[in-house]
Amino acid sequence: MMEGVLFYILATVLVFFSILTVVARNPVRSALYLISALLSVAGLFFLQEAEFVGAVQVLVYVGGIMVLFLFVIMLVSVREVVFQRKAGRQWKAGVVLALVMAAELVYFLINGVGIFQSTPPETGIIVAPETQNTETLGRVLYGTYLLPFEIASILLLVAIIGAVVLSKKEI
Amino acid sequence: MFELPPVTEAWEFLQKNSVAIGPQLHLLLWALGMLIIDFVIPAGRKAVSALLALGGIVMAGLQLYLLRSSSPISAFYDTVVLDSFATFFSALFLIAAAVTVFISYRYLEIENEQHTEYYALLLFATSGMMFMAAALDLITIFISLELMSISTYVLVGFLRRRRRSNEASLKYFLLGAFSTAIILYGMSLLYGVSGTTNLIVIGEQAKLLQGNTLLILAVFTIMAGLCFKVAAAPFHMWAPDAYEGAPTAVTGFMSVAVKAAAFALFLRIFFVAFHEVRGIYVPLLVAVSILTMTWGNVAAVTQQNVKRMLAYSSISHAGYVLMGLVAGTELGVIASAIYLLAYTFMNLGIWAVVILLRRQDISGEQVEDFDGLYSRHPSLAIVMLIFLLSLAGIPPLGGFIAKYFVFSAIIEVAMDPSQPYASLMVWLAVIGVINAVVSLYYYFRIVYAMFIQEEYQPAPLSFSAGLLTAIAITGIVTLLIGIYPQPFINLARAATSPLL
Repeated sequence: MMEGVLFYILATVLVFFSILTVVARNPVRSALYLISALLSVAGLFFLQEAEFVGAVQVLVYVGGIMVLFLFVIMLVSVREVVFQRKAGRQWKAGVVLALVMAAELVYFLINGVGIFQSTPPETGIIVAPETQNTETLGRVLYGTYLLPFEIASILLLVAIIGAVVLSKKEI
Repeated sequence: MFELPPVTEAWEFLQKNSVAIGPQLHLLLWALGMLIIDFVIPAGRKAVSALLALGGIVMAGLQLYLLRSSSPISAFYDTVVLDSFATFFSALFLIAAAVTVFISYRYLEIENEQHTEYYALLLFATSGMMFMAAALDLITIFISLELMSISTYVLVGFLRRRRRSNEASLKYFLLGAFSTAIILYGMSLLYGVSGTTNLIVIGEQAKLLQGNTLLILAVFTIMAGLCFKVAAAPFHMWAPDAYEGAPTAVTGFMSVAVKAAAFALFLRIFFVAFHEVRGIYVPLLVAVSILTMTWGNVAAVTQQNVKRMLAYSSISHAGYVLMGLVAGTELGVIASAIYLLAYTFMNLGIWAVVILLRRQDISGEQVEDFDGLYSRHPSLAIVMLIFLLSLAGIPPLGGFIAKYFVFSAIIEVAMDPSQPYASLMVWLAVIGVINAVVSLYYYFRIVYAMFIQEEYQPAPLSFSAGLLTAIAITGIVTLLIGIYPQPFINLARAATSPLL
C-alpha cells in the first residue's frame, strides 16, 4: 500500500518535470527541471530495492552529467538560444519517435513481463535473493565480468588520450 | 559478510586465465609503455615510436604464434575464448597494423604530425579488435567494440590542422556512436529474452525462442548496427566522408582491419548465437548484400577522388563478404574468411601506393595524379596494376580466389533445393557477377591514367623503406594467394571450425 502511494507520487513528479523540461524556454531552467526528473527516477530505483543503481543515478546523472550540462549552457551564450524557436524542423521526427516509443510501452504494458520468458541460464549470473543488491553487483563486476570491467579502464584511458590529442595545440 | 579469498588464489586465477588474452595483454602493455617512453624521446625524433610499435606488434604476434595450435582456451568465466577463429583474425589484425605502421611513418612526416600517440592509439585499436574476435559474451563484445571505435575516431581526426580530417572524425564519431547505441539496444533485448550474456547459451535459448517478437527485433537491431560498422548499404553513408578526410594511412587501416573486425563479430554472433533463427534474417541479408555491392559500385564509377573511389569500392567488397554469411554453410564461412584475408593485403597495397603519390604539394588523391606513372616508374605501375586487377577479381590473383570461393559458396546453396531461399541465392550470384564487371570499369580508369596518359607530374615520389616494404609484402602475398592458395585455404578452414 505504502509502496503504491510512493510510486504514484514519484511517477507524477517525474512526468510533471519531464514535461517542464521539454517545454521550458530557458535552457538553464530546462536543465534544473531535468535534475528533478532524474531525482525522481532515482527514487523509483530505491523503491525497487535497487539501491546501488539509485545511488549511481544520483551521483552520475545529477552530480556529474547535469553539472556538465549546466557548464555547457553557461559557456554557450544563452540569450541567443532563448529566443530561438523552441521546436525547429525536427519536431515531425520527434513526434514519430515519440509515437514509436509510446507503441512500444503499450506493447509491454499489455503483454506484461511474460514476453521476457527467461529460463535461468547455467553459466549466467544467478542473483541470490538473500544477498544485497550492491554486493551482488560487486560480485558480478569483479567475478563474471572482470575482463570487460578491466578493458573499460583501457577504454577510458584511450578516451583521455584522444581528448588531449584532438584538443591540445601542441602535443 | 563477504570473505575475501586469499591473495594466492586470486593470483592463480589470473595466471590461469590470462593465457587466453596473452597477445592482447602484450599489445596493451606495450602501448602503455610507449606512452611513458614518449617523455624521453626528443621532439624531432618521434619516428622512433614507429619502431617501438612494430616491436610490440611482433611481440604480440610471437605470443599468438606460440599459442596457435592449442585447443580452445576459454577464460574469465567464458567471456573470452582463444580458438582458431580468434587466432586467425588476430593475426590478420596484427599484420594490418604492422603494414599500417610501415605506411604511416613517412606520411606523418610529410604532414608534420609525427607523434607517439598515433602509434599507441593504433595498438589500442588493434587490441580492441583482437578482443572482438575472441569475445564470447555480449558485454566483452560491446566494450571491445568501443575500444576499437574510439581509438579509430581519434586516428581519423589525427591531422588536427586539416578541416577535412576534423569533419571526418566528427561524422564518423556521431554515426559510429549511433550505431553502437543500436547494437546495445539489440543486446539489451537479447539479454531480456535469453537471461544471459553468453553467446553459446543464447544460441541454445534461440532454439526454444523461435518466432519470439523480441528475439527477432534483437536480431534485426544487432544486424543493422553491425551493417553500420562494416559500411554496408543502406548504412554506409559515413564511409566515403570518413575515408576521404582521414589520414590516408588510417584510411587503409580502417578499410581493412576495422572492417574485418566488424565482420569477425558478424560471423561469431550470427553463427554462434543466431544460427537457429537463420530463416528470419537471410532474406534481409540477401537484400543488404545486393544493395551494398550495387550501390558501392555505381557510386564509385563517378568519383574523381581516388580515396572516395576506393571507399565506395570497399563498400562493394563488403557486399561480397556478406555473401559468405548469407550462404551460411561451411564453405560460406571459409569464403568470408578468405575474402577478408585477400582483401586485407590487396587493399593495403593500394593505399600504400596512394600514400607514395602524396608528395610536395600534390595530394596524390585525384585520378589525374596517376597520369603517366608507367613512363616514370614502370615497376610501381605494374604493382599497382596487380592490386587493381586483384580487387576486380582477375585470375591468377588473390582477389580471384576470394571471389571464386564466395561464388561457389552461394551457388552450392542455390543449387540445393532443400535450402530455403535457394532462388534468392541465384539472384544474389547473378547480381554479384554483374557487379564484378562494373567494378572493372572504375579500376581501369586508374590503369588508363597510369599507362595511357602522357603528362607526368615531375615532383619526385615520397619513397621510404617502410612504404616499399609494405608494398612488397602486400604484393607478394596477393600474388601468392592467387597462385598457390592451398595453405591459405587450410588456414581459413581451420579458423572457421569453431563456428560450425
